[in-house]
Amino acid sequence: MLVSYNWLKQYVDLEGVDPHELADLMTKGGIEVEGVQALNEGINGVLVGYVETCEQHPNADKLNLCKVNIGDAEPAQIICGAPNVAAGQKVAVATIGAVLPGNFKIKKAKLRGEASQGMICSLEELGVDPKMVPKEFADGIYVLSDEAIVGSDALGYLNLDDHILELGLTPNRADCLNMIGVAYEVAAVLDRKVYFQKPEFKEQSETAADYISVNVENQEDNPYYSAKVIRNIQVRPSPTWLQNRLISSGIRPINNIVDITNYVLIEYGQPLHAFDYDQFGSKEILVRRAKDGEQMVTLDDQKRTLKGEHLVITNGNVPVAVAGVMGGADSEVTDKTTAILLEAAYFNPSIVRLASKDLGLRSESSTRFEKGLDRNRVYEAANRAAQLMVELAGGEVLEGIVESGGRYVDCEEVSVSVSRANKVLGTTIKTEEVQLFFKRLDFNYDLEEDLFNVEVPTRRPDITLEEDLIEEIGRIYGYDAIPTTLPDGSTTQGSLTTAQKKRRKVRRYFESTGLFQAVTYSLTTAGKANRYHGLETDEEPSFVSVSMPMSEERTVLRRTLIPQLLEVVQYNQNRQMNDVAVYEVGSTYLAKNSELQELPNEHQKLAGALSGLWQTHPWQSEKKVVDFYVVKGILDGLFALLGLENRIEFEQAKRKGFHPGRTAIILLDGKQIGVVGQLHPGDQKEWDIKETFIFELELDLLFNAEVNPVFFEPLPRYPSITRDIALVLDQDIQAGDVKNGIKAAGGKLLKSVSIFDLYEGERMEEGKKSVAYSLTYFDPERTLTDEDVTKVHSKVLDYVKDKFKAEMRG
Amino acid sequence: MQDRLITLQTEAIEKIEHASSLKELQDIRVQYLGKKGPITEVLRGMGQLPADERPKMGQLANDVREAITSKLDENIKKLERAKLDEQLANETIDVTLPGRPIRKGNAHPLTAVIEEIEDLFIGMGFSVAEGPEVETDYYNFEALNLPKNHPARDMQDSFFITEDFLLRTQTSPVQARTMERHKGKGPVKIISPGKVYRRDTDDATHSHQFMQIEGLMVDENVRMSDLKGILTTFAQKLFGEEREIRLRPSFFPFTEPSVEVDVSCFKCNGKGCPICKRTGWIEILGAGMVHPNVLEMAGFDPKVYTGFAFGMGPERIAMLKYGIEDIRHFYANDLRFLQQFNRS
Repeated sequence: MLVSYNWLKQYVDLEGVDPHELADLMTKGGIEVEGVQALNEGINGVLVGYVETCEQHPNADKLNLCKVNIGDAEPAQIICGAPNVAAGQKVAVATIGAVLPGNFKIKKAKLRGEASQGMICSLEELGVDPKMVPKEFADGIYVLSDEAIVGSDALGYLNLDDHILELGLTPNRADCLNMIGVAYEVAAVLDRKVYFQKPEFKEQSETAADYISVNVENQEDNPYYSAKVIRNIQVRPSPTWLQNRLISSGIRPINNIVDITNYVLIEYGQPLHAFDYDQFGSKEILVRRAKDGEQMVTLDDQKRTLKGEHLVITNGNVPVAVAGVMGGADSEVTDKTTAILLEAAYFNPSIVRLASKDLGLRSESSTRFEKGLDRNRVYEAANRAAQLMVELAGGEVLEGIVESGGRYVDCEEVSVSVSRANKVLGTTIKTEEVQLFFKRLDFNYDLEEDLFNVEVPTRRPDITLEEDLIEEIGRIYGYDAIPTTLPDGSTTQGSLTTAQKKRRKVRRYFESTGLFQAVTYSLTTAGKANRYHGLETDEEPSFVSVSMPMSEERTVLRRTLIPQLLEVVQYNQNRQMNDVAVYEVGSTYLAKNSELQELPNEHQKLAGALSGLWQTHPWQSEKKVVDFYVVKGILDGLFALLGLENRIEFEQAKRKGFHPGRTAIILLDGKQIGVVGQLHPGDQKEWDIKETFIFELELDLLFNAEVNPVFFEPLPRYPSITRDIALVLDQDIQAGDVKNGIKAAGGKLLKSVSIFDLYEGERMEEGKKSVAYSLTYFDPERTLTDEDVTKVHSKVLDYVKDKFKAEMRG
Repeated sequence: MQDRLITLQTEAIEKIEHASSLKELQDIRVQYLGKKGPITEVLRGMGQLPADERPKMGQLANDVREAITSKLDENIKKLERAKLDEQLANETIDVTLPGRPIRKGNAHPLTAVIEEIEDLFIGMGFSVAEGPEVETDYYNFEALNLPKNHPARDMQDSFFITEDFLLRTQTSPVQARTMERHKGKGPVKIISPGKVYRRDTDDATHSHQFMQIEGLMVDENVRMSDLKGILTTFAQKLFGEEREIRLRPSFFPFTEPSVEVDVSCFKCNGKGCPICKRTGWIEILGAGMVHPNVLEMAGFDPKVYTGFAFGMGPERIAMLKYGIEDIRHFYANDLRFLQQFNRS
């Protein structure tokens, strides 16, 4: 809502409150003023001029040579190219030295040999939005009204000495979508009075009821409908003051009739519709639901197909308007119109909302209907429009108003007790103060002890509960004045849940290991959502898709984080950052069934992508490229951190999108909880990135595993004995399997086994490799002897020779 | 005999002084103190002295031996030290060459901000609650006093999945879910951070996905002044001890009264600067007293219980705090961006 400061002065005394102060006070009071615009900003030296003569320029067809009186002894000679300039006009003249918006300075000029001492201005040149300029001045200069005084500042006559306050209204304050509502609000904030004049005009002896009848099929759809008839009007441009007010409200002046309905819309907040009485097609108004598939052509010359839920105004036969949304083209007011059928009504907000949504038509009118009008202002608004039609269009108003439904409704009564208000606000406001607040708000009430029974004016339909009145009390009292306290109720211990703590721990671990945390989008494409999930199954799962996506890139909720992390790798490598190590913790989603009757399964996953160099120290020529074992090592550390190191296994696996020989699934207690491996080189090429390793783990499964608490193990009191062995194995025997075999065969005395060497070089027989293991024997009860160890060790050797066809190496 | 000893001492010390290698010093030791050396020889001739002179002469011989030994040791140490010094001088390295880099990642700035805020509220007795990102219309809207066709639903254009399910547009549904779990008994003190989604076209100030942190406190006798107190503490801990807050009336369907909360500008201390658009105040969150309908729907008696709720955007806070100008930075995951938050 754009509010003209000058216009507002008509209803409230703003003496001593400049537009910026007003904006500040309104904002503090709850109506946010998003901006204050001074219309004269950047304008200087524009005077009222009188065009004494206007002749064609001797050397140019399209230019005029004007003598303009700007209050000096001699008229100024001004060259003007506007086609509508003429002798006898009063115009806005930018004199020599004047400044126009855009820092355009007016200097003496010579045009085709003739001197020009200034410029006659169009509205656009004075900073008015070209979309707002009335049609008659669109291609030329603006002509002022006759009362303008020659030589005086022109800005006042153009209403450019005004300030416009732009209100950012919350949906509950539709009452401030009109000047009267704003005036009430400002009066309450400033503690001043509002002044309104009741519309007055002379009525003809003929009665409107003889010219029109009104029938409403369903009162619930349309609680109040009224029609007035105004005859003998002349359609013509509106006077300057009216045009100025509309322009300052962001509405383009059209003609006096349309302008009057728009003016009343802004002043009263009441949408009105003017039909051409003679084109209406009957003497009967019938308001009914549209028939499914019924058609009509609206004012914008579009053919509209209506539905049974839409409400229409008909002439008893065919629709002439979609209620509250738009009128029909057939009964539109034109230059030839002489009689007006004026509609002022209150339609059910949700019906208007539905129709404007269905038809894709949102207008100043429909938004006001949707957000709720002042039910008791409809009748007054009709009278105000009639009054203006008499004054500005020479109209004759027929006697009376033809109505359906009650003209006024009773105010709702809402109660509030001062003690409750103080309890909610934490204040000690006195009853007498609250009385003053309600007076400022112009709310009537009666008071029983500390209970106010408030008659809520119909302009404030947002107030229905005690809390709503507490808000009114609070905001008039001032939120600054509310004390600052701390809750005095029961104390609580704040904390994180176990899973939340573990998640933080895991994040810290990854970050200290050298990975950056990424946060990516949950919405992706169906193709990406199904890649790299690491599951054996190939079956198409039920994705969760948004019903009206905004772009093809964001249609489906992801089931894995990996594709987005690959996007991060790609993004960075495209920008010369080749070494990327990122992880993400985020939700993934999968529908439980294809119809999505329940909320989808939402799982938190932990994924990572690593590419490029892992370690580097260039001047010591050290370089370590990320490989499978770098990533595995990071994960080993993670599992140890969670106390799961002995329950995790990596099992060679083939998974879609992963390198067939460099991928493992990760098992916790034998159950798959994740996958790690190299991105398939084919996919890598498609992504256009460097060799990349990826992993993804199910966070819930990882966190829900029961873990024994840490319990101290006594330090060894006896020495341990280490024996190293090198085994020649077939290439396809996995080192980890042998290690597990050794562990099992070694029994209680074998404390630990580790792999310390791998050789697959030339000196090995084809298809063989050598793996070296270090075995540590230890007995917590005594010092082991050589014989003790040899006994177990040879058992281990026998076992591996037998089980893995291993040979001892030299 | 006495003279002979003294001469030997003088002679030996002089030789030691002039020796320039460890070898020479070893030779001197053997020459003077060895078994065949002159001092041993002198001592051997002690038998010929009268008995009363023997202890005196013995003492003198030992003193001489002692003096030569200590002089020798001293000079050996000196020479060894000089040799070491020379060796170390050759081992000098260039300390300005770069060290071996330690790999270190860091948290995403949004996570850093969220964790900081979580910890602030945990310190004030709040717990961290989480909920699903795909929500029911009921929890996302209806339970928050936004029935179907409520005009305020326009404030949040949503990604619907079916008629009943949608991507949550706010983290407030977690409030409704948490209150339900409390079965009408307070106190409830939670904050709930998380991702939310709205139909906005991504640009410098809009993102279809962003973070939100909501807070809720419900108990008997929770007052708006308490909201002011909690938020003042929060603002001072997050933005500095001198911060003040200011409440402005506003509207949210799930609170009544509703307020916008401004914090005095931490950049200019309220004097006015480009960050606060010269107003001295920065809008950082929306808040209010929980609407009685919301309490009632979640099973709390609004005659007994009152509460406050607030919500804020970690992106906005991070943008203000770190001077980030474009919200899309948070989701591009440019390493040059992420790396800058290594201290947060």
